[in-house]
Amino acid sequence: MNIGRRSFLSFLIGGAAGTALSPLPWKLTDDISIWSQNWPWTPVPATGEVTYANTTCTLCPGGCGISVRKIDERCVKIEGTPGHPVNDGGVCPLGSSGLQVLYGPARIKTPLKRVGERGQGRWMAISWEDALAQTADKLTELREGGQPQSVACLSGRTYGTMPSLLQRFMAAYGSPNFMTVPSMRDSYALTFAAMNGQTAMAGFDTENTDFVLSFGSGIIDGWGSPVRMFRANSAWQGGRGKVVQAEPRLSNTAAKSDIWAPIRPGTDAALALGMAHVIILEKRYRSDFVSNYTTGFDAFKTMVMAGYSPEKVAQITGVEKNTIVSLARSFARASRPLAICGRGRGEVPGSMNEFMAVHALNALVGVINRPGGVWALPEPGYIQWSGPDLDAVAIAGGRRQRLDGAGSSNPAASLPNRFFTTVAAGEDYPIEAMFISGANPDFDFLNNQRVAEAMAKIPFVVSFSSLMDDTARNADLILPDHVYLERYEDVPAPMGFQRPIIGLCRPAVTPQFNTMHTGDVIIQLAQTLGGTLADAFPWDNYEVCLQDTLGDQWDTLVEEGYAMDEGFSPAPWADMFGSRKFDFTAAGIRNGFVPVPIAGDDITYPLVLMPYDSMRVASGAIGNTPFMTKTVDENVLLHGMAFVQINPVTAGSLGLRQGDKAELTTPAGKAEVRTDLFEGIMPGVIAMPRGMGRTPYDKKLMKHGVSTNPLVSSVEDPISGLEAAWGVRAKLSKA
Amino acid sequence: MSTTEEHANEVPAEIADKKETTPETKKESAIGYVILFFFVGLIASLIVGWIIFPRLLYSQKSQPFDFNHAVHLDLVDEGCQSCHYFREDGSFSGVPKLAQCIDCHEEVNGEDPNEEIFVTEYVWKEREVPWLIYSKQPDCVFFSHVAHVSEDSLYDGKDCVTCHGYHGESETLRPYQYNRITNISRDIWGHNIAGFARNSWDRAKMDDCAKCHAEARDAASRRNLKAPTTRFITNIIDVAFPGTRPAGKGSSVQTERGACFECHK
Ligand code: SF4
Repeated sequence: MNIGRRSFLSFLIGGAAGTALSPLPWKLTDDISIWSQNWPWTPVPATGEVTYANTTCTLCPGGCGISVRKIDERCVKIEGTPGHPVNDGGVCPLGSSGLQVLYGPARIKTPLKRVGERGQGRWMAISWEDALAQTADKLTELREGGQPQSVACLSGRTYGTMPSLLQRFMAAYGSPNFMTVPSMRDSYALTFAAMNGQTAMAGFDTENTDFVLSFGSGIIDGWGSPVRMFRANSAWQGGRGKVVQAEPRLSNTAAKSDIWAPIRPGTDAALALGMAHVIILEKRYRSDFVSNYTTGFDAFKTMVMAGYSPEKVAQITGVEKNTIVSLARSFARASRPLAICGRGRGEVPGSMNEFMAVHALNALVGVINRPGGVWALPEPGYIQWSGPDLDAVAIAGGRRQRLDGAGSSNPAASLPNRFFTTVAAGEDYPIEAMFISGANPDFDFLNNQRVAEAMAKIPFVVSFSSLMDDTARNADLILPDHVYLERYEDVPAPMGFQRPIIGLCRPAVTPQFNTMHTGDVIIQLAQTLGGTLADAFPWDNYEVCLQDTLGDQWDTLVEEGYAMDEGFSPAPWADMFGSRKFDFTAAGIRNGFVPVPIAGDDITYPLVLMPYDSMRVASGAIGNTPFMTKTVDENVLLHGMAFVQINPVTAGSLGLRQGDKAELTTPAGKAEVRTDLFEGIMPGVIAMPRGMGRTPYDKKLMKHGVSTNPLVSSVEDPISGLEAAWGVRAKLSKA
Repeated sequence: MSTTEEHANEVPAEIADKKETTPETKKESAIGYVILFFFVGLIASLIVGWIIFPRLLYSQKSQPFDFNHAVHLDLVDEGCQSCHYFREDGSFSGVPKLAQCIDCHEEVNGEDPNEEIFVTEYVWKEREVPWLIYSKQPDCVFFSHVAHVSEDSLYDGKDCVTCHGYHGESETLRPYQYNRITNISRDIWGHNIAGFARNSWDRAKMDDCAKCHAEARDAASRRNLKAPTTRFITNIIDVAFPGTRPAGKGSSVQTERGACFECHK
């Protein structure tokens, strides 16, 4: 047989013809196109019944109302609740990516007991029964040994039933060491206590302000209730008001402001006093307020007249003399001006001297408790539990000195900052057990090496975190809470909101894992411990406690999602300052500008490093969501490397170019960084975003960038004792 | 390297062949072989294309358990929509969820082993049944049921039959066949590998949608008052601005003038 090349070709042609006459090529083409349009790995939203669950976001202190869009039992999107008084339909990047918190891989799925070394990440899953029994045993042992004071508790939230339950537990158990994580809210409260003469929270009537003078506050970088501030800022931009931003760096807020006054870092109080000088000199202050409702004005006047002329202030702050004068004039001339402070997001409480100087400006122009001004709000008062009754152990333990020294020599309510220093130094009595809820001190506190040292001395650390955050990772036992989309909670007092309001956080979905509400854990622990502790927690569970506590307001909360005192108006001057006048000479401001010294000498460390806040990087106990990390610019974070912003002039003198690798050294620590040349930052100052470089969480977040917290040495405010470091001296050298 | 060597061997062999046969016989036998091999190739590829390929292309699974539509249809009052209903917002509920079945099937009612599987494996364990949906379109397809059925048909199911055939009267669930490449149900392309369809429910590709839409459009233009107006306007545009109106091409129901793709490219 002769099968030559032609036969073979003929076979192929026949084959081709036959194939063309069969459906094979046409069908395959179609299938491949369908396949390529529907990659199997592309996530596709499920179809099903669409519903919305209205709840309140607790990812930051903003208290926004959110509507969770659900398809059947799966949450698919978070939107702002339209018409909500705080955020009216708006939502921030963190809030909108909350589903990545709910469904993300960082969730802790069941109670965990450490089996390896601390921080090694080796855990054993245990049952809730075991977890609660082990905790109760430890607590019983300490209490029977007569050391109830050796148990400490740190809560991330200040107001509401959750921190109150924790506080009540500590009181009934017999420990004075209950703390909350302080922020600018505490500095404002202390300023009000010292100058207004009363306990109150600060609210800002930003909807009605027409001139905002911001001392480094990140109006659109997360200050106050972030979405609300975005809306206020848009209104000002739309012609409702002017924004002046005094800040060393061209932040987003500064970039969008009407006037940006670059100011030497840490000299904000001096600028405020300089403006007070102009206002007083030119008699532009509200004399009806000043003469009728204040005390110490003459002394204040003498102080600012002597020390804070625009020339002198220009020397201190670097802001030009004329700018100071014109800013002071336009501030005083505005019909509803407002001065605000609290750097960036306001997470670091800051310098009391600065808060008081700024508050004094508000007093001068008479906007305390006036439309568009700063209002004194009553603290939420709906939690009216009686007792608790204390047994002898609790009384004895409760009488012990708090380890953070708050409340006695210090006006601040809690000073976890100092607590960790004291524990690390091994001063006073030891801490044997520590409970941490809604806070991440191992990451969040400045100079957090101290926290690590303190934690190393505490033999039993219990975390209630729902996510594997830095603190949970170093704990001995994790009793995971539900995340906010799975639980009930009252969310009172959104940061800076000007009316009393409670938001209701309620489950949008049933708990996805074997987690338990921390409220239930506390109630069950108390009941296991028995005696007066059990009596102090008579509720069957947290939900019952919440309903009982809210009483009449519960129905409104369920129906509306929030309960607001619509008719609230701040107390008129005559009521507020009738018996106790506004004090211009409170201890923090009496002596004029007192700079907060930051760590490091300027010869070894010629630069100043300032952490800054950004809406794209979460810095609280909740880490960045993957979605947010994606929004971070590549001159902030690239391939996991963090950038420091540096002025081209400074960079030039150090021989650094854009993107160069450099070693950043501060008195507290070292980090590998890259340089980002940025003309919007003052020469000599460098800046990095706060909140990156977390250790655990999931793979997408781990070791992304550099955390500024270990680099910045902690500085206590001389008056409040709260954290006041606004930066640290630093050195940058080419790597 | 090795290829060069192979080639080196081939060439002399061919030359040797040419030398040994006479030109005549060589030509005849060569043509015969050429024709023979053409048909061998043709038939082999036709067999592959029409018979082997479809078998390779599709695989099949059986449903979690069997279900008798006919029995259920007899028991309900509102036809198909008793179970496959429209939600208040107009979206279509599709295959029923456990919650709908639970009313009757909280316990095993009858003898049927399939019901027993359903109750013990799904109802009691609160697991949704992972039904394999014959008519499931790829994820990139948007289809609104509510726009395609008339009010009456919610009860008599007439419009359901147009696309789903007499599934509602079936007594058992046939095996679910799916395409190995796309993972899509065979019902979408249709069971005929060449794409021929005898009934409107035999296929559910874009062409089939377009065909129905074209028919509906023609029917509408015959009775609808709007059509002449539209035609009038387009004529004016054509006369006033010749060449500006996008003109469809070809004879496909998707691409011809006035069809979907004329505007939705
Ligand atoms: S601003 Fe805060 S409360 Fe509001 S959505 Fe964002 S994270 Fe949630």
